[in-house]
Amino acid sequence: MEQIIFYVFAAILVASSILVITVRNPVHAVLFLVLAFFTSAAVWLLLEVEFLAITLVLVYVGAVMVLFLFVVMMLDINIAVLREGFIRYLPLGIGVALIVVIEMAVAVGPKYFGLEHFAEPVRHMADYSNTKELGRILYTVYVYPFEIAAAILLVAIIAAIALTLRRRPQTKYQNVTEQVMTRRDDRLRIIKMEAEKKEG
Amino acid sequence: MLETLQAVWGSIPELLQIVLKIVVIVVPIMLSVAYLTLAERKVIGYIQVRIGPNRVGPRGLLQPIADGLKLVLKEIIVPTNANRFLFILGPIVALAPALAAWAVIPFDETLVLANVDAGLLYILAMTSLGVYGIIIAGWASNSKYAFLGALRSAAQVVSYEIAMGFALVGVLIAAGSLNLREIVLAQQGSFLHWYWLPLLPLFLVYFISGVAETNRAPFDVAEGESEIVAGFHVEYSGMTFGLFFLAEYANMILVSALVAIMFLGGWLSPFEGIPVLGEALAWVPSIFWLLAKISVFLFLFLWFRATFPRYRYDQIMRLGWKIFIPITIVWLLVVGAAVLAQIGPWFD
Amino acid sequence: MSSMTFEMPNFALALPEIFVLSMACLILLIDLFLSDRNRVLTYLMSQATLVGAAILTVGLHSGEPQLTFGGSFISDTMGDVLKVFIYLVTAVVFLYSREYLRVRQLFTGEYFVLGLFGVLGMMVMVSAHSFLTIYLGLELLSLSLYAMVALQRDSVTATEAAMKYFVLGSLASGMLLYGLSMFYGVTGSLDIAEVGAYLKQLPGDNNIVLAFGVVFVVVGLAFKLGAVPFHMWVPDVYHGAPTSVTLYIGTAPKIAAFAMLMRLLVEGLGGLHVQWQDMLILLAIVSMAVGNIIAIAQGNIKRMLAYSTIAHVGFLLLGVLTGTANGYSSAMFYIIVYAIMALGGFGMIMLLSRAGFESDRIDDFKGLNDRSPWFAFIMLILMISMAGVPVSVGFWAKLAVLQAVVRADMTWLAVVAVIFSVIGAYYYLRIVKVMYFDKAEETAPLASSFDMRVAMSANGLAVFALGVYPSALTALCAAALK
Repeated sequence: MEQIIFYVFAAILVASSILVITVRNPVHAVLFLVLAFFTSAAVWLLLEVEFLAITLVLVYVGAVMVLFLFVVMMLDINIAVLREGFIRYLPLGIGVALIVVIEMAVAVGPKYFGLEHFAEPVRHMADYSNTKELGRILYTVYVYPFEIAAAILLVAIIAAIALTLRRRPQTKYQNVTEQVMTRRDDRLRIIKMEAEKKEG
Repeated sequence: MLETLQAVWGSIPELLQIVLKIVVIVVPIMLSVAYLTLAERKVIGYIQVRIGPNRVGPRGLLQPIADGLKLVLKEIIVPTNANRFLFILGPIVALAPALAAWAVIPFDETLVLANVDAGLLYILAMTSLGVYGIIIAGWASNSKYAFLGALRSAAQVVSYEIAMGFALVGVLIAAGSLNLREIVLAQQGSFLHWYWLPLLPLFLVYFISGVAETNRAPFDVAEGESEIVAGFHVEYSGMTFGLFFLAEYANMILVSALVAIMFLGGWLSPFEGIPVLGEALAWVPSIFWLLAKISVFLFLFLWFRATFPRYRYDQIMRLGWKIFIPITIVWLLVVGAAVLAQIGPWFD
Repeated sequence: MSSMTFEMPNFALALPEIFVLSMACLILLIDLFLSDRNRVLTYLMSQATLVGAAILTVGLHSGEPQLTFGGSFISDTMGDVLKVFIYLVTAVVFLYSREYLRVRQLFTGEYFVLGLFGVLGMMVMVSAHSFLTIYLGLELLSLSLYAMVALQRDSVTATEAAMKYFVLGSLASGMLLYGLSMFYGVTGSLDIAEVGAYLKQLPGDNNIVLAFGVVFVVVGLAFKLGAVPFHMWVPDVYHGAPTSVTLYIGTAPKIAAFAMLMRLLVEGLGGLHVQWQDMLILLAIVSMAVGNIIAIAQGNIKRMLAYSTIAHVGFLLLGVLTGTANGYSSAMFYIIVYAIMALGGFGMIMLLSRAGFESDRIDDFKGLNDRSPWFAFIMLILMISMAGVPVSVGFWAKLAVLQAVVRADMTWLAVVAVIFSVIGAYYYLRIVKVMYFDKAEETAPLASSFDMRVAMSANGLAVFALGVYPSALTALCAAALK
């Protein structure tokens, strides 16, 4: 049963990954990438690593790919221009790809990374919490790399903001604080007026 | 009687059991959605000194049925230049996560479809998926207004998800568990033990972000009737439109349920721990309290819509990024310190 | 790292890193509230951070290698010496950059904050004792560099350079990571000492996974170092980036790159020395050839120095590939000397530039002797030293490396290196010729600030002094690699 599920998900994963790079429409490509992430999360669930699986969905599918889609949707990509030179470089590309694939098949093949080289993972008890274990090891044994990774993300934020935030002198900005702090009395004056006398 | 029932239940194949359980959860949700629409029209009607729908059936009670029937029977129009497959996929993707999230919601101490260990993460993941329906619909419609709505929605949902996530981290720190059942059990005691009190800022931020996340007024710029007609679903008709409708209301119920579970003690009785009243009301089934709490928040959703004018887009972004996120981060530190210091009655 | 028992890390060893990180965050916050007029405070705090880190590093130095953080961090003499030089070089970079940035409206807090984060990344690389930390330190450094190159938003060349740098840099990181994952697959460990020990006791048969891994690691490293044939990004980035950023990229990170070579190839993959030695020989020869020959054709001095960097990287690889302690210490000496010389070279471009005038063409150096005999003399020292003319420090550095190569029984390689150095001398000496014998095209007086002139003079004199008296630094390098 589990094997069937695995092969179904693996097949979808491989198929959607191939489609990511072959479909013409970039939006479709992003959506296939989403599908690929989703199925790999499912494969991870089969391995009982629920934290990583859900985080993959949460972070990549839920946030990163939304922004990706956001950007890709707004692009007006001319595919014909992108395809120029595709045929010309195709033979070379195929050649290189073939060599790499053969090399990798030799290196990463079952001779060195076959199942028999690794002990079967232990099935954990029902009360085993993958999340807790991960948290424990991240904040103890791997705390140093973990903190550096945090610094890398901080640098990414600084870089992104430094490169995109700039004030153009001719643009008019709203001062939101001022708007929010506005009280009724600043804008509205209630005046009592004597009713006008009827003439004549 | 009970034993025969159990025997019958046991004889059903496992897969079918699961399907039956899902049906038992989904059907009431769908019914609630239908009657929530009626409630919305009635409540807003009374707030605006009108009567609301009262023609179909006694006191208008059959109105949702009539509306549903109308939507099902109407033709689904697919615009000429739309991407047909994605156009149909959009509403389905919008509804699916709203329903899938219910799998881990505990209705009382034992009644839960899947007692997942990382339930809180699962919820967060599912609620973050709903936006795909809107984006896909907006893009596949091949229409300016729909596209604008999709863009607004994508940016808004991603922004508020951060504040929401941080608020949930606060709950996680307080309860020391990602399991929703354990989160509720950690709030036992009295209504002063519930997390709304120690996590008050997070509670407010979460609920308001929830309103924004469901694209409800006053954060409904993705629809923005007055500016972009109906936003992302302007091209939809018939049941495809109906699915968006269902998704929005199902999400409202979901957010209300989550707030009730995480900050208001879920199925726990509010009279627990009060000398006389607590025992006097002990016979009330605990699921009743959960439903009551959900109803209160649903009423708030409707009340907001009747009261507040729509936010301007830059104000929405400012609220999310510059106010909510800093508040949640600061309060995370406070909660962390409180948990370390074991401040009672919540964290001892 | 494989053990599950946890031992409280000795935070004191990583105090310099913690200090730099905290200060960088603090400066980032304070800078937010500074007006442009007071921004000099950011600069001063950045310098103070570097000084503080240097004091901490020297103060905590114990001589004995010490591990902490579950073996992912090492504190040893080589690391401490390299770190101190990184602080020193970066401090000079900041000093040179201040005026340059101010004049061009680029004087933002981000330059200094990113610079400090880059320093943090270099520190992490220098004292890494696990593949994971090396990789993360490298990424921290690279990300800061990409952003710094792109900081000049309105410049098309800078943006293009940043894109190229980013794309190729990510590719290189991917290669490196893939190679490292091969080693993890075989050894089951990320710890450099454990991997090293495993590979040392490995029987002689050629494990194809390991060979595969070495190829990817070396390619990744060559990309990051800018060795030919993975050098394409170097000239474009050096040329396109603002000179202050070129100065930063071209100096301190080279020291960190040396540390990365040592930690990864020597300490980690030392058991596979035979495999990577051949690859490095190839890389070194091609780098020296391409770097020195193409540099001759350059009219832009930043591009010329970029190709010169490639050639110098070839020399660095020569020292490392010998596989002897002597070779490592000579490579260390070489890279430190190179960093100081490059500081002077790029610094001189900034000294001669002013608003709207970059002074980065060789023609801009024409007749410098008439305009400022003193700085022409400083430039003379720097160029002679880079060329490796005898009794300059560059000569001693080249000599040390060549000696190590000869001692490792690769005399032919030393001969090749000498030939290319002689070719390289041509374009360095061309600058000297232009300065002293050509008529000035640019006659405006120098517009640089006082501290810049003082530092530049000190830089030139330091190169001069090291040439006269190199033994202190050689002894330091030898002691660091004992």
